[in-house]
Amino acid sequence: MWHQISPKYVTVQLISHGSILAIVVAATLVLTLVLDLQWVWFVGGALAVIQIWTLAILPRQARAIGYRLREDDLVFRRGILWQRFVAVPYGRMQLIDITHGPLDRGFGIAQLKFVTAAAATGVVIPGLAQSTADTLRDHLIEVAESRRTGL
Amino acid sequence: MTVPAPPPAAPPPQLVRSPLSDGEWHRLHPLTPLLRGGLFLLIVIGIVVSNLRDRLLYIFLPWLAPGVGDEVVEWEEMDRDPVDFVIANNLYVLAALAVLAVLIILVAVFYTSWRFHTFRITEDDVEVRSGVLFRTQRRAPLDRVQGVNLTRPMIARLLGMAKLEVVGAGMSANVKLEYLSTANAEAVRADILRLASGRRLADAAAPAGAQRAASRTAAIGMTVSRELTGIIEGPEAPVAEPESVVHIPLGRLVASHILSMSTVGLFFAIVAIVIGVTQGVTWMLFGFVPAIIGFGAYWVRSIFKSLRYSIAPTPDGVRITYGLTTTITEILPPGRVHAVEVTQPILWRPAGWWTVRINRLTGRSASDGSNDDFTTVLPVGTVADVERVLRLVQPAMTETERALVVHQGMFGPTGDDAFTNTPRRAWWIRPLSYRRNGFLLTDDELLMRRGVVWRRIVILPLARLQSFGLYQGPLDRLTGVTNGRAHVVQGPVTPFLAAIDRDVALRLFDDVARASVRAAQSDRTHRWAQDEVEAGTPATAEVSAPSTSAPAAAPVAPGTPAESPVVAPEILPTAPPDAPTDPTENPA
Repeated sequence: MWHQISPKYVTVQLISHGSILAIVVAATLVLTLVLDLQWVWFVGGALAVIQIWTLAILPRQARAIGYRLREDDLVFRRGILWQRFVAVPYGRMQLIDITHGPLDRGFGIAQLKFVTAAAATGVVIPGLAQSTADTLRDHLIEVAESRRTGL
Repeated sequence: MTVPAPPPAAPPPQLVRSPLSDGEWHRLHPLTPLLRGGLFLLIVIGIVVSNLRDRLLYIFLPWLAPGVGDEVVEWEEMDRDPVDFVIANNLYVLAALAVLAVLIILVAVFYTSWRFHTFRITEDDVEVRSGVLFRTQRRAPLDRVQGVNLTRPMIARLLGMAKLEVVGAGMSANVKLEYLSTANAEAVRADILRLASGRRLADAAAPAGAQRAASRTAAIGMTVSRELTGIIEGPEAPVAEPESVVHIPLGRLVASHILSMSTVGLFFAIVAIVIGVTQGVTWMLFGFVPAIIGFGAYWVRSIFKSLRYSIAPTPDGVRITYGLTTTITEILPPGRVHAVEVTQPILWRPAGWWTVRINRLTGRSASDGSNDDFTTVLPVGTVADVERVLRLVQPAMTETERALVVHQGMFGPTGDDAFTNTPRRAWWIRPLSYRRNGFLLTDDELLMRRGVVWRRIVILPLARLQSFGLYQGPLDRLTGVTNGRAHVVQGPVTPFLAAIDRDVALRLFDDVARASVRAAQSDRTHRWAQDEVEAGTPATAEVSAPSTSAPAAAPVAPGTPAESPVVAPEILPTAPPDAPTDPTENPA
């Protein structure tokens, strides 16, 4: 069964990316209209387009993030155009990191990182509900403990 | 300073040979401060000498000196030279006292730091504590030992000393014992490996027990006599050195360095300089000459390093030695190799040479330059050499698998290719190598073959695989292919596989996931000799069993009543009586 991340993640990302967009637009307007620096249009415009594109695909991107708890491993997938599909045996867990920024805390979501001895594993599940993150962490530690292997 | 409440158990006496590894705190070799402070002293002496140059010249070659001593000297006039000041004012005694005081302080500082630098080897850990004001204590669990190396820099070697480094699993997680006498270092290393191997019941219990000194004084006596024999025999006396399975002739070594891409670069650089200079662009000379000198130094250093290369099997792992001036001997226990790569650069193809590199935990950060030294297991060798080295670094591989790696992996594809390759329709992703670009999953290994110009074959033991991922970009999706990537610990080998048919890759993904879980669960290499003890050597097990505690009431299999009361595997069941409480469950 594939688990999806909390829809609040999209809201949080929309707010943070939206504020960046607002700052970019405001700065561009000030620089061009007040200080009369015409070339800033290009830079500001490009940045704004990138931000708008990011905002547009955010919901799609968030839907593409998923994880699945199989019997002996965790499968994680993300990406729309560039897709990634990773299986990590529970026994390979070195530690679990849970982080949440101020905005995340406001919406009650957290990011969970499954760290193995290989840096390339890169299993980072963003936008989990706070309680889900905690139970998932406890569950992962428990199953890892019963399947612990050497490095 | 904290002493852990229950003192850890001393290692069982049958297992250790050196009196230094008896579970007590020991100090390092008394000459340690000299070696560690050696550089500092040299700098000080250098400064003093360079400042007194004129004066020394005057003392030893008086006719050359420009009349230093002729005039009446005053502190202000002589550029405030303290030596002249001392001479002029007859302050010899005071000066001597000052020098003496500095010396005493230095010696005292070095002495205290030596006194406070102690180590001990217990049943489950190696521990080092050091520092006078800021105490540090470091403990490395033995079942996580990734290797033990012995480094002997030139000066230390002349004094018969060596630096022992226990490699842990983590960044800068190594425990260093610097310095010990060479003989002691060898013995301690053997002890550490023996303890780490989980060989709880010594296979040679009797002689070892006799050899072991009963009291501390006797132990000291033993050390002293060993030191003496060490001095007589010379520090280079080999301690039952195993024969190297590979020998690299000097000619091949030099030629392999000449036939490298950096030489090609050098050639172009020289051509550019010559053209530049003849055209009158002299500044090019200044730009390139330092680069060429640097290249030359690198070249000579890397040849020197490989000059004494040897690789040999020992009961506790592979022993790799190299280095001419600074010798490094490393023992790599089984199951510490996370990936193996056999490569052949295009320039080496006519000569038929290959190089073998591995991914392993070196306990160093990725940016550390010496990392290379610990990951190249064969600098340059023929196919036969590669085969022998593979047998050492991947002992779990069967004979047929090894043949497969050599014939199909290194030279393939030929005839009946066992590898699953890139589909024809995806030829444009790997236009040169699509026929060769593929993988093969065996019971214990995942093999990845790629490259036509730079042929390479990567061997991944599934028991060490951390995770496996599939990656697909938009163009891949249009072609119906996927990239696979195995995640292993950082190192020179990047196990990446491009352009595999989508459905095949999905099947591979499932197979690898299942196989790696199975391989990891059946993997026992963190205590590599435990199985041996549990399964084999029944005679010695019987001898030493009473001395431990009680495997006595072992159930004898009903079918085999009297004649073999020592049917090993079931009798010493899951936990030998003196097994560590839970070696594997320690969170890393």
